[in-house]
Amino acid sequence: MTTDLSDHPPFRYPDYRSTIKRSPDMKMIEIIRTLTEETGPGPIVADLSSEDADLTTNAGTGAAAIGERIIVTGKVLDTYGGPLPKTLIEIWQANASGRYTHWRETEFPAPLDPNFLGAGQCLTDDEGIYRFTTIKPGPYPWGNHANAWRPSHIHLSLLGPRVRSRLVTQMYFEGDPLLALDPIFNAVPEHSRSRMVARYDHQVTVPNWALGWRWDIVLEG
Amino acid sequence: MIGPTPSQTVGPYFTMKLSNNNVLIGPAVEGEPIRIEGRVFDGDGAFVEDALVEIWQADAAGEYAVSAGAGTAKFTGFGRAESDPTTGTYWFETIKPGRVPDPEGELQAPHVSVIVQARGMLRPVFTRLYFSDEMEANDADLILRMVPPERRSTLLASVARVEDRKVYQFDVRLQGDEETVFFDF
Ligand SMILES: [Fe+3]
Repeated sequence: MTTDLSDHPPFRYPDYRSTIKRSPDMKMIEIIRTLTEETGPGPIVADLSSEDADLTTNAGTGAAAIGERIIVTGKVLDTYGGPLPKTLIEIWQANASGRYTHWRETEFPAPLDPNFLGAGQCLTDDEGIYRFTTIKPGPYPWGNHANAWRPSHIHLSLLGPRVRSRLVTQMYFEGDPLLALDPIFNAVPEHSRSRMVARYDHQVTVPNWALGWRWDIVLEG
Repeated sequence: MIGPTPSQTVGPYFTMKLSNNNVLIGPAVEGEPIRIEGRVFDGDGAFVEDALVEIWQADAAGEYAVSAGAGTAKFTGFGRAESDPTTGTYWFETIKPGRVPDPEGELQAPHVSVIVQARGMLRPVFTRLYFSDEMEANDADLILRMVPPERRSTLLASVARVEDRKVYQFDVRLQGDEETVFFDF
């Protein structure tokens, strides 16, 4: 069984300039699955990991990060809708003002927050549910085209039960006006774009503490 | 069936979280220690300075750690390396994998499953590393035989030098005349 790639962006999407020289020209070669493809590192990596799911405090400074505190929760599922328990989700993101702590990020004159690392991880429970607390990331400019801004987003990495379950994606926020202008978001076929967008959920919101967002993740494999 | 969450680029900042985990060997791990190193090249032949390379492989006996029970395996078989920003080189210290059965009951040639991502890649590419000093096994390998003969060399890691162990070089070319064979499965 080969994977249906029509839900994913193409390798080459010229509006996202960096794809032009980093996209294969030749057709992928279809192979049958052997034990190599029928297994994957997800269960092992999750087994060796622990949660670090509160990005508002995990800088270890004893003080809280600045910005709009949010809770993000949902389920990790397979394409049959079954839960994927004990799955590791690794997260990285910009701070409330749109600045990363990464050494490459030096051009955007927005403040760093000494109490915010912007990286963390959580594990799904027996029902496939994950939950992390963080700061809503700010939008930031990038050099792709004139006046280009990335919408608020959280980067996520998941390793599932099989090699082909490998997923790196970005979570966006419902209602963001920058989504319509973003070539990375819009590289995804129209019918599946909404699967990257978290929805505000008042049931998740904790009174006097944090706003709640809900987002499910579906892994192939 | 429900639709999968679409893939997005790993971007330039993944090392904030996805840090190197590229030494897979330790005192308790059996097998022949080897080093795998290489670079990822773009369509202009320039090395990719911000690539994320991940490997998944069997142990020396040809078994995947998941079959042994995740918690008990001494050798996880999973590695993650970022390319060096100034030289473009990624590397792993691992062991030569054993032979894994194929669905027809034959043994596959020793191989490593490789996943490559980078800024500017909206999806990962999946490939396999084979060893150039295993030609007899390679010639009989079920998967390699699905690759047109003239492109098979893109999947072969060759011995670049021998230190206290063999150092295999495996470059990945994302685009161009020598484009690496990528798989769909
Ligand atoms: Fe980003």
